[in-house]
Amino acid sequence: QKVALAVLDHLEQLALVDFRDAEGIERLQKAIQFADHLHEVNTDGVEPMDSVLEDRCLYLREDDVTEGNCTKDLLKNAREKVEEYFVAPPGNIPLPKLEERETVLQGS
Amino acid sequence: AAARGCCGVWRRAWQRRARGLASAPRGRRDVACNARGGAVPAGKSGLASWVPVVGLEIHAQISSNSKLFSGSQVQFAAPPNSLVSFFDASLPGTLPVLNRRCVEAAVMTGLALNCSINKKSLFDRKHYFYADLPAGYQITQQRVPIAVNGSLSYSLCTDNKISQMVTKTVRIKQIQLEQDSGKSLHDDTRSQTLVDLNRAGVGLMEVVMEPDMCCGEEAAAAVRELQLILQTLGSSQAVMAEGQLRVDANISVHHPEEPYGVRTEVKNINSIRFLAKAIDYEIQRQIEELKNGGMILNETRAFDSKLGCTIPMRDKEGKQDYRFMPEPNLPPLILYDEKSLPANMNHQQVVNIDWIRERLPDLPSVKRAKLVEQYGILPEHSFTLLNEDGLTEFFENVVKKTQMKPKKVIGWILNNLLSYLKQHSLTVKESPVSSFLLADLLNLLEKKEISSTVAKQVLAELWKGEGKTPLEIVKEKKLELIQDQKELEEICQAVIDGQENEVIMMVLG
Repeated sequence: QKVALAVLDHLEQLALVDFRDAEGIERLQKAIQFADHLHEVNTDGVEPMDSVLEDRCLYLREDDVTEGNCTKDLLKNAREKVEEYFVAPPGNIPLPKLEERETVLQGS
Repeated sequence: AAARGCCGVWRRAWQRRARGLASAPRGRRDVACNARGGAVPAGKSGLASWVPVVGLEIHAQISSNSKLFSGSQVQFAAPPNSLVSFFDASLPGTLPVLNRRCVEAAVMTGLALNCSINKKSLFDRKHYFYADLPAGYQITQQRVPIAVNGSLSYSLCTDNKISQMVTKTVRIKQIQLEQDSGKSLHDDTRSQTLVDLNRAGVGLMEVVMEPDMCCGEEAAAAVRELQLILQTLGSSQAVMAEGQLRVDANISVHHPEEPYGVRTEVKNINSIRFLAKAIDYEIQRQIEELKNGGMILNETRAFDSKLGCTIPMRDKEGKQDYRFMPEPNLPPLILYDEKSLPANMNHQQVVNIDWIRERLPDLPSVKRAKLVEQYGILPEHSFTLLNEDGLTEFFENVVKKTQMKPKKVIGWILNNLLSYLKQHSLTVKESPVSSFLLADLLNLLEKKEISSTVAKQVLAELWKGEGKTPLEIVKEKKLELIQDQKELEEICQAVIDGQENEVIMMVLG
């Protein structure tokens, strides 16, 4: 079963991935098919797991101030800065709609 | 103006309900706020009745030294990006480490709101892109939050003349722990946003209230009570002006007996007063829209306090898909009580719900009941005392130092002291008249050395804050009541002598 075009478009918008070409889309399809093998296992009456570490103890930290004060180091990574602020565009720049995008999905 | 008229209409509707019911029924709302204040069936007189439905999502910043998952400091005003750790900036290789104090704050709040505390709760990631969310996701508790199924009782004054208080209840759906995001400062002139991550990662308690409210006044009262509870517990300072308490309202309207209408979300509300205004405006807007045959969009709107209206928010394109997934770096949060306390565990790693419950302070409702019982004041007086920061303490100090009965003292506190403070926008702590001075003044009155009218005059003098005591002012202006019998007789005789005609008329009847 193929992944719907609408879903692929939705994924590109949400996760900002670029499936790039037919091969990319095929790879996604194969990954889903591979994961579908999980359905072959009978999980009736079995509690789902989040991770293999979920029975470990969650460590609780004391409420002390131990970090921070490293403005210079943090700003070193910024391409643009204004007086110790990070600079970003005025708002989210949404991915153009499917019709206006250069994407292989158009052809599908 | 439309919103204000709307407010008055809602108040009348409650009065009709209040006489029959002492408090709102728990569970599903089946008693509706009627827009026209009566059960006018639709179509009968051309008037349709509307049921507004209001639910609230409240984010309270946890009062702690450090952040929810990192050791950087929590502080309101600080140089930009100075209170940011590598984890807060989402640099690769960093991991979240849960702050114990934040867990305790959430448990306290859950207990105070009559919630069931989940002994096992989980953390999740909520994904969306925004410049002030460096990780691209927020760690929250979507599946199994720390507390569920609570309630909050609050009171409303129905009529200023009759001065009746009505108790209502709103159900608390859940309380969850989550991270705050950084702050975006929009620079429209240069078409850019400046990002400060000082707030990124600060612990929040999101309190979700069921849609049990029907107007701005109810929502405002509920939020005010929650604010007082949080401040009493110390789990949050809940100062709205500093962003420690943020409220989003979900609003819809429908006809009685019909399903709920489409709801809008209203954000950007900066005070309790604006909360009431925003909600009442939005209710009215939705009713007008539907009456004119329009439709309500499921959208997010911002409240414009200058214009007093709600406007659609830009930058909210379509429905968000948050792609919730379990937070893989955090195992479940396990809480204990006396029964389940593990034998050999390090105390520092154990949060004991029963231990916290035993140490909860008196909640506002309990404090009010104690004040009413101890001093014989009215319930609405106790509300005003708790509503003003420091006023209860002031009142109790005056009562301690004067022979005047608390029932009489409260009148001076609420009618004279408080109104002066309000007129001059002063807090109780800034009062030029201290509790000592007021007590001195009331003692003079109680001992009948001055009259009530004079006492008010002296109080007016005391407000000037010139450092004089009440006694000094009385002596200076010769305001003492005349105690000497002979002197009083002479004065009366003089009055009678001067008004001979009137006296004869009176004697003749």
